[in-house]
Amino acid sequence: MQKGFIDTLINGTNFDHRELSALQKMVLRAVVMSFLFFGLLAIEGMIMRLVVTPSINPLPEMFNHPEHYFSIMTVHPIVGIFGSTYQLVFAAFMFLVPYLTKKPLYSVKLGNIVWILITLGTALAWIAAFVWQYAPLYTLYWPLPADTKQFQTIGGIVFIVGVALIMIGTLGFIYNIYATIFARVGVHKNKTTKELLISGFGIDGMLNLWHKLTGKPPYSKEPALALPVVAIFRGTVDTFLDAIVILGAGILVLVYLLADAGGLSWNVHAVDSLLYKNFFWWGLDLVADGLVLIYVAGSWYLLATIITGQKLFMENVARAALMLELVVSWMVWSHHLLADQPQPEMMKLVSGEMVTAFELLTQGLALFITLVTLWKARPLKMTPQLAYLLGGLVGFGLAVPAAIIQADMGMNRVLHNTQWISFAHFHIALIVGLYMTLYSALYVLWPMVTNNTTMWSKKLTWTHFWLYLVGGVGMGAFAGMAGLDGMLRRHLYLDGEFNTWMILAAICGTMVLVAWALFLFNVVMSVGVKGLVGIFLPAQDKSASYGIEEN
Amino acid sequence: MMCEYTSISKGGVMTFATSVELLKFHTVAYTIYALLIISVIAWFAYNLTRKEKAKSAVRIPFYGYIAFLVAGGVGHHIFTYNAIPWVSEDIMRHEIKPDYVFDIQIHDHKWKFPQLPMKVEAGKKVLFNVSTDDLTYGFGLFRQDGTLVTQMQVVPHHKNDLLWTFNECGKFDVYPTEYSGPAEYDENGKDLMFVKDAFEVTGCDEKSAKR
Repeated sequence: MQKGFIDTLINGTNFDHRELSALQKMVLRAVVMSFLFFGLLAIEGMIMRLVVTPSINPLPEMFNHPEHYFSIMTVHPIVGIFGSTYQLVFAAFMFLVPYLTKKPLYSVKLGNIVWILITLGTALAWIAAFVWQYAPLYTLYWPLPADTKQFQTIGGIVFIVGVALIMIGTLGFIYNIYATIFARVGVHKNKTTKELLISGFGIDGMLNLWHKLTGKPPYSKEPALALPVVAIFRGTVDTFLDAIVILGAGILVLVYLLADAGGLSWNVHAVDSLLYKNFFWWGLDLVADGLVLIYVAGSWYLLATIITGQKLFMENVARAALMLELVVSWMVWSHHLLADQPQPEMMKLVSGEMVTAFELLTQGLALFITLVTLWKARPLKMTPQLAYLLGGLVGFGLAVPAAIIQADMGMNRVLHNTQWISFAHFHIALIVGLYMTLYSALYVLWPMVTNNTTMWSKKLTWTHFWLYLVGGVGMGAFAGMAGLDGMLRRHLYLDGEFNTWMILAAICGTMVLVAWALFLFNVVMSVGVKGLVGIFLPAQDKSASYGIEEN
Repeated sequence: MMCEYTSISKGGVMTFATSVELLKFHTVAYTIYALLIISVIAWFAYNLTRKEKAKSAVRIPFYGYIAFLVAGGVGHHIFTYNAIPWVSEDIMRHEIKPDYVFDIQIHDHKWKFPQLPMKVEAGKKVLFNVSTDDLTYGFGLFRQDGTLVTQMQVVPHHKNDLLWTFNECGKFDVYPTEYSGPAEYDENGKDLMFVKDAFEVTGCDEKSAKR
């Protein structure tokens, strides 16, 4: 008998939180927080879009105040990157690594601490911006974050403590992942650390290719780690370095703010702004060019193999490409400093242009390998998993070349800091490329994490897909065009200077927001309000693995 | 508004005299690319689900694809180096003698210009030296229609020099292209660092006539 609406809303379709293991509950808690932050992110984005579109702006006048506007702009990426994306990616990987290595997660308790710290940290950073209007933007260009003439010291301290909590949570995730990968239990009982390291860095793939070229037998017929685990391993190296850099920058800002609070007036110019900018971008760029691209490539490979049930095409090349990306991602940060004239020309040329161009190669390879793996398994049924994966490929297919175009000394002169880079590149990369890949992963993992819970509505799933895809691409395209017309990304426009583009972008942004609401509604109807609350209750089953018997 | 700007044609094939020409080309080229990649993935998605074997219009060998990516990544820079005049000028700016030099200072969100408007002749090389002793700012020149002519970051206690040859005439506004805190604006959101008609270029008609 079919359930009524209220019954389904309360009890879900066939979800039973009491049957969930500790690992499944930990993952679902992080996923819930991630999508709540995504909603906040989308609302913030819409507020900013409406403020610069005065002809259709229904918001109260307070949103037009520069302090308010730039506070939102400061926390928008913190909520998006850390509160939402990090949580979702970390949750997925803390489930996938035990699943793929057939070993238990090192510590579910640590996994819970990770999502709690990231949630608290994001909330603190948001509060700092909302209450004290601390607004140095995520770039934290020195000495702006320590400028106590423009910002209240307390706001800065709360913000930095929030970011520090996020980074400590990130370090917890990294420890959990590596401790799981290097645990010599189960299938890895007889593996050495050296073997696991060689596999983790993709060196075995490179050696296999070399042996093939020189006519020798393969270096390793059965690599110690599955390819998606290699991608997680590699991406996590960049996540670690990025966390150290952001923590380092945070400590610097905090020291100056605490000195100010203590009545001391330290010379902010004792720290060189250009050196700081290089240090900061080196670390921050590891999120974009290391972490995202590597994690995403690994996710594509995993999704393609799960969806098709076949081996990955050119697996050794894929492993070797992940090794190449290691070198590339550490050497590309100068593309953020092409408009900085004191930056040495050689660094602009080598790091900013030439090495950056290799990202076209590494990402192009990942796209090619994924497409061919799918193609070889034809005919396939168009499931949400497959559709979202293809949407993710479209996102990066659009966003990566947009970045390569801008990472050029000629183009950068007219595109730097415009909405082109903000929307045509990283909003499309994140909203369409990354999130559609994550939605694909979510639909693939959903049966495993929820014990085969039926999604309430397929129609809503597909409505979400189309609204999200068209809205995400459309918003990126229209706001990106405004950038080509000269619209700056970190500027307040209150006279409707780019009204037409902004109206079109706002319409598409609304589609993304509505898509999120529909998705959330579908999930709530599937697990029910009781189930949603139950996710946060202690698990009866304490197991930290999925699909294997723990001894 | 665009008709106010007269540009000096360089007369070369695929050489962009001004950023407007470059951005127009870029808009068309990227739009074509975007439609192409969306169409390819859509075609791919459609054929993934079909039982009949799809007929490929072209067969792309793996190494051909890799060569295409490398050529695209590297060739893009070679193309812009040859087609965009300000790239080589920028790299060699320390060895080029400018026709005009403007020393501009920024302090506490306020500009200090040597003169207003700063007037130059079209086709001459202009060096902007912008310095600051407090925050990181940006220096950008914009046309009256809001499109960007050129820009650079202004890093405190560093030499920030931008060499530019104006191949277009008209009046240009100055905006800071980098955020330096909310003090850049008044409480109503008016940008206090926006300077209308800060720069003027004349003489395009004479230059064009000589050509």
